[in-house]
Amino acid sequence: MNGAVSKAVGVLLAVVTMGALLAAPSFGAQRASLTEIEKQVMCPVCGTLLQLAESPQAQREKAFIQRLIAKGKTEAQIKDALVAEYGTEVLALPQDSGFSLSAYVVPIVAFIVAAVALGLGVLRWRRQGNRGGGAAPAGPKGDDAERLDADLARYDL
Amino acid sequence: MSVRSSIAVLAVLALVGLLVYGLVIKGGSRVGVGDPAPTTSLPQLEGGGDGSLAEYKGRWVLVNFWASWCEPCKQEAPALEAFQRQHGGAKFTVLGVDTRDLSGDGREFVREYGLSYPQLRDGDGGAAHDYGTTGVPENFLVDPAGKVRWLLPGPVDEQYLEEQVEPFLPQEKS
Repeated sequence: MNGAVSKAVGVLLAVVTMGALLAAPSFGAQRASLTEIEKQVMCPVCGTLLQLAESPQAQREKAFIQRLIAKGKTEAQIKDALVAEYGTEVLALPQDSGFSLSAYVVPIVAFIVAAVALGLGVLRWRRQGNRGGGAAPAGPKGDDAERLDADLARYDL
Repeated sequence: MSVRSSIAVLAVLALVGLLVYGLVIKGGSRVGVGDPAPTTSLPQLEGGGDGSLAEYKGRWVLVNFWASWCEPCKQEAPALEAFQRQHGGAKFTVLGVDTRDLSGDGREFVREYGLSYPQLRDGDGGAAHDYGTTGVPENFLVDPAGKVRWLLPGPVDEQYLEEQVEPFLPQEKS
């Protein structure tokens, strides 16, 4: 009986946790704030982040965002509205579709290519090392070996 | 030079070329007197549909770039409206281009100043870039053949319009 109860409690906890995790993003998306959006969009006239801009155009843009927040629009909806007004250049980060996607894909591809090139380079270097015999370099012989031993003994702590 | 070195040099050259291309595209240069005026198609500020300077071929057109947040634009708007009422017709019109502005604010501006001349909307500043403007307001007088005959990177007033623009226009209104 106890086992069944703890199983039921476990399932209930799992369901509640999953529900909370699933609800979290949508809950966050609806809490749009001017401070957050200002960091993600540009003042098209000043060419700086809206957060840093104080020009008359920036003031109008901020007021526009505040009006949309007051209407209960989400962050994504507000950014869409800004794009409809000022075009895609109003977004501080490139969009993740169309040609703008290359801004994200190119660095990743470049990283992979660089990693592969580095890996191939290391493999080739190791192969060349093996072809060279792979034996450790010979140490000093005869008098040299004796002198080296004496020196090492002198500095032995 | 080995094949690998050639590829590396080509890659670097391609990258530099791409950067230079980006700078050239961003830069843009001002349209000058005698140059053909860009005829970018833009949405109408009020009502649906698009419009373009090309629709006014055969007429003199004073293209006025403005924005509702711009103080000098507020000062010149009454002078432009008065000039339009005096000279507007089959041979001349003022054509407003509301640039980098919120459409609602732009429409409010038109109502507030009672502007009767046609208005286009240049939200992303593409047309302003094509003309090489550096701010607002800026004015370009385009002749019936579509060439820029006079320009002013700044606000106009009634005296300026009478002295600088009126002499270009045909004597009769229509």
